Parts: sequence; C-alpha cells; structure tokens
Amino acid sequence: MSECTETVTEIEEYDIESEIAENDNIFYKIKNMIRTNKVAAISGLLIIFIIIVAIFAPVFAPHDPYAIDLLSRLKGPSAEHLLGTDELGRDVLSRIIYGSRVSLFVGLVPTLLSMIIGTVLGLISGYFGGKIDFVIMRLADVVLAFPSLLLAMVIMYTLGASTFNLFIALTIINWAGTARVVRSQAMSLKEKEFIEAAKSIGVKDSVIMFKHLLPNCLPSLIVLFTTNIPGAILSEANLSFLGVGAQPPEASWGLMVNNGKKFLFTNPIVALAPGIAILIIVLTFNFLGDGLRDAIDPYMKE
Amino acid sequence: MSEMSNEQFLLKINNIKTHFFTKRGIVPAVDGVTIEIPYGKIIGIVGESGCGKSVTSLSVLGLLQRPGKTVEGSIEFNGRNLLQLNKAQMRKLRGNEISMIFQEPMTSLNPVYTVGKQVSEAITIHENISKEEAKSKVIEIFKNVGIPEAEKRFNAYPHQLSGGLRQRVMIGMAMSCSPKLLIADEPTTALDVTIEAQILHLMRELRDKNHTSIMMITHNLGVVAEICDYVYVMYAGKVMEQTDINELFEKPCHPYTEGLMRSIPRIHSKNTRLYSIKGVVPNLLKLPKGCRFSPRCDKATKKCFTQEPELYKIDNNHSVRCFLYENGVR
Repeated sequence: MSECTETVTEIEEYDIESEIAENDNIFYKIKNMIRTNKVAAISGLLIIFIIIVAIFAPVFAPHDPYAIDLLSRLKGPSAEHLLGTDELGRDVLSRIIYGSRVSLFVGLVPTLLSMIIGTVLGLISGYFGGKIDFVIMRLADVVLAFPSLLLAMVIMYTLGASTFNLFIALTIINWAGTARVVRSQAMSLKEKEFIEAAKSIGVKDSVIMFKHLLPNCLPSLIVLFTTNIPGAILSEANLSFLGVGAQPPEASWGLMVNNGKKFLFTNPIVALAPGIAILIIVLTFNFLGDGLRDAIDPYMKE
Repeated sequence: MSEMSNEQFLLKINNIKTHFFTKRGIVPAVDGVTIEIPYGKIIGIVGESGCGKSVTSLSVLGLLQRPGKTVEGSIEFNGRNLLQLNKAQMRKLRGNEISMIFQEPMTSLNPVYTVGKQVSEAITIHENISKEEAKSKVIEIFKNVGIPEAEKRFNAYPHQLSGGLRQRVMIGMAMSCSPKLLIADEPTTALDVTIEAQILHLMRELRDKNHTSIMMITHNLGVVAEICDYVYVMYAGKVMEQTDINELFEKPCHPYTEGLMRSIPRIHSKNTRLYSIKGVVPNLLKLPKGCRFSPRCDKATKKCFTQEPELYKIDNNHSVRCFLYENGVR
C-alpha cells in the first residue's frame, strides 16, 4: 500500500517535459544511480579517495617507502609502523600508499589505450563489414584465444620487464574485447534509419563512424572502461608477483605480495596488507562498473 | 506520359534489375522496372510489402547494402547515369540533388544530437557557410515546414518532439539543399491520420514552391489519391500497371489493382466482410511460372500460368501487364 501512495505523490510532482529530457541524459542516470545504488556510490567515493592518496602519496605516507632499516626487519604493527615493516625494514603502509600509484596508473593508462584502439578497430569492423571485418575479427580471435596472462607474460619476457612494456602488454591483451563490443554495437546501429538518413544526405563514412556511431556507443564504453580497469590492475599484480612486471625496489602491490609470501607464516601482514589493498581496489571498480551498467544499460533494468 | 519528350523527365529508371545474392539463391527484388519521373510531379509507387518499392528507391540513391546489387539497366538523372558514378560523386548528389524521407520518424534522427545540429550538418556538407548562417537557415527551414517555435526547437533532442514534428524535421532536412528529387519512403505510415494529411499537404506545398519532383512510395491508396499525379503499381518486383491518378481510381485494369481497390474499406458498402486478395506475395526465390500474379488472380487463364505478359499499352497514359489487355482492348 505504501508503494501506492508513493506513486501518487510522484505523479503529482511529475513535470513531463523535464522528465523526458532528463531521463535519457547520462548524467541524470549517474545521479540517479548514486541515489539508489549505495554500494556503487560508496565505491565511487573510495576510488576518489584512493586517487587522492595516490596523487599526494608523499603527504600521506608516514615514512620513505624505499628507506631500508635493517635493524627493524619484519616488525609487527606498532604506533610507528601501522602495518609493520617488511624484510628490509621498509614501512609497509608507506609502500602500499606509493604502490597505489602503480596500480592506478597501470589500471588507467593501458585500459584507456586499449579502449581507444579497440573502439577504432571495432567501429571500422562493424561499420564496413566484409573483408576488413574478417581480418580485424580474426586478429581479435587470435588474441582472445590465448589465456591473457600467458600472452602478457610472453610479451613481457620478449620485451623485457619495465613499466612501459607492461603498458604495451596490457594494451595488446585488452583491445580485442573492446573491439568486439564496439563492433556488435556498430553493426546494430548502422542498420538504424538515422544512419541511412545520414548517408542519404551525403555524409562521409568517417564522419558517420565518429560523429554518429561513436556517441551512441559511449554509454557501453564508459561501463566497459570501469570494468576493464580492475582486470588491468589484477594483471599488473599477477605479472609483478610472477616477477615480469614492476621490478624491485619499486613499490607495486603484486611485487609486495610476492616478497611477503616467504614470511606468510611468520609475519603474514607483509603479504596480506597489499593483497587486501588489491582486493579493495578491484572490488570498488567492479562495484562501480556494475552500478554504471545497471544505470545506463536500459536492458539491465528490472 | 509517353507523349512527353525525354527532356521533360528528371529521372528515368530504365529497366533496372536489382538482385540480392543470398546463400539460398538470387532474389530478383526488382526485376526490370521502368519508371519515369517528370519535373515537378509527384509519382506514386504502390504495392504490398516486399514488392520492391523500397529497393527501387535505394537503387536510385545507391544505398543498397550487400548482397544487393543493381545488375542491369540504367538510372538517368538529369542526363547522368547514376549507376556509373563513383562513390564520391554519388555522395555529392545525395542530399544535394536527391534526398530521401524515411518511414520511421522515430528512428531516422540521431538521438544524441539536437535536431537543429543535424539539419545544420546536412546544409554544411553541401554548402560552404558559417555556423551562424546555417543556424538562421535551419530556423527558416523549420518555419517553412511548419514547426512552431522554431528557435526553441532548434535545441531540442529528437525524443523531445512528437512523431509529426520529427517527420517535419526530416522533411526540412531533406529539403534543406532544395533537391530536384525527393524520395519519400512511406513518409506517413508511422503517423496518425490528421498529421498524415498535414504532412502530405506540406509536401505538395513544397513541390509547388520549389518545383521538386517527388517519388512517393506507399502502400496506402488514400495517400496516392491525396497527393500523386501518376501511379505505378508494383507486384513482386515488376510494374503491373501504370496510369495517371484519375484513371487508377475510375477504371483500374489489372486484376491486382482491382483487388487493391476492393480491399479499401468503404463506409457505405453493404458487404460486411472486407475483400482481400487471396494468397500471399510469392517467394521471390520460387516465382510462379508465367504471370507472377496468376496464382492469386481470379481471372487467370491457362496462358497466364505458362507465359509472362508484357506491359500492354491501352491508352496514352495507361499500360497494364495482363493478357486481358493484350490487344489494347479492355
């Protein structure tokens, strides 16, 4: 019954024109998501917090993350070292704070790069079809056929371990997924009458692709972006853990878990703390991505 | 029609064959169609769904998607054969000299741009003018096609407009570069009848003002009666009957046209049950032998099932593809 009365008051306050205008607006949808989906909203706040911490790492970190103090190796949590110290006596909390830079950077840059490449190739593939489509999609199949971690490892071994090469590896393994999503969207969109109408007034193919198809793909691209980031962060952690990602003494969470695993039974916090940090950042991005998908994709609504 | 000389025609579709090369075989969607459109006239193309009306118009614009291809014939527009133009030349022609209005005003506008921006785009593609000039031109066009509060609507998104207004925007966009030929593919099918009358009135007005020729594709004989000067009746990829508008309604000759006429509901008729042509449009992959309409025809003779009729001329302005009129008599 209470639902009924709610609807009635809602109808009374209904301003049809502004409602129609705002309903399709992506910012309106995001605003609505923040109001209704608390998990996604909190995840968003946490992500903003993590980004601030990463940018102002020197302010937040209580110690120098690279300062070695062999006299206080593997200490448990204390007032001075909130999360204890690692095998070289470095402050774990400071290293986690600095490590967030690596994780965010690796999460954002290769994802952005791979999405740009994937979007352009996907648009070309979906819009033109035919032989071009065949070539691009078979290329994507090749990439997708390999386990992505294995492919990334092979690339890292071949190119050598460095942050730049890590970007290349993560871009190569991630573009294919985006290309497929954009291709399928472009294929269904190009059959729409407004594309035919655009053609019938003499609009060029390139203009149709980037001015008419791309903006219509944007909602799914935003969702894809937020769901791809945790994947990239995890890949970086995995690769660093396996020793082909970030190199010591750089503070990367994957690397820290790798170092800490030797002391898992004597001083577990050295491995657990960065592990939990990875868990938090991946989960928050996933929750935000899910929330955005539910808010933006009309087919996901109940 | 035929007494007119060639120069009077803006568009001459000469015996074109547009086929779709599918895995299951070749589909002759348009199979030897000849249509002539004089300057400043509104020509109707009537037929059931799937008879090749839309494919004919897409062939003219060169917008056929694979696996469709025009394999034979010529399309002469203002003295140029459109089938021989390359992609860039064709693109220049589209929107500038030939433009098209589509059936669904709901989906023919891009939802992410304002309507003003989309019409401006149409203008700036073909004319080298500044943004402000384009904007004032768009507002003028909007006023011409009867959009109230044109300045305000310039910044409206498609979903904020009603179907009728959107179709007006589409017509405005199609007319923005004053094309010589306007192809209207069932422009009023998705609209309700009062709006339909307004839109048809608007199209006739634009024709009178700009001397634009209009190729009106429809399955609605009411629309034909309302607006067209001359009519082609198509069936399964062929023209079955061509005549001017008065003849069509006074003495339809082809049994198919007659059937179409009889299936219009009439308020004074005593019959309670509405006539419908028996059977369905044939599968274009398995066309019947002889006349394409023979399996559904009440008047079919043995000859109809074995031989294919040609277009027989029964009058200066009237031709019928039926053996009943083989000798010119009715």
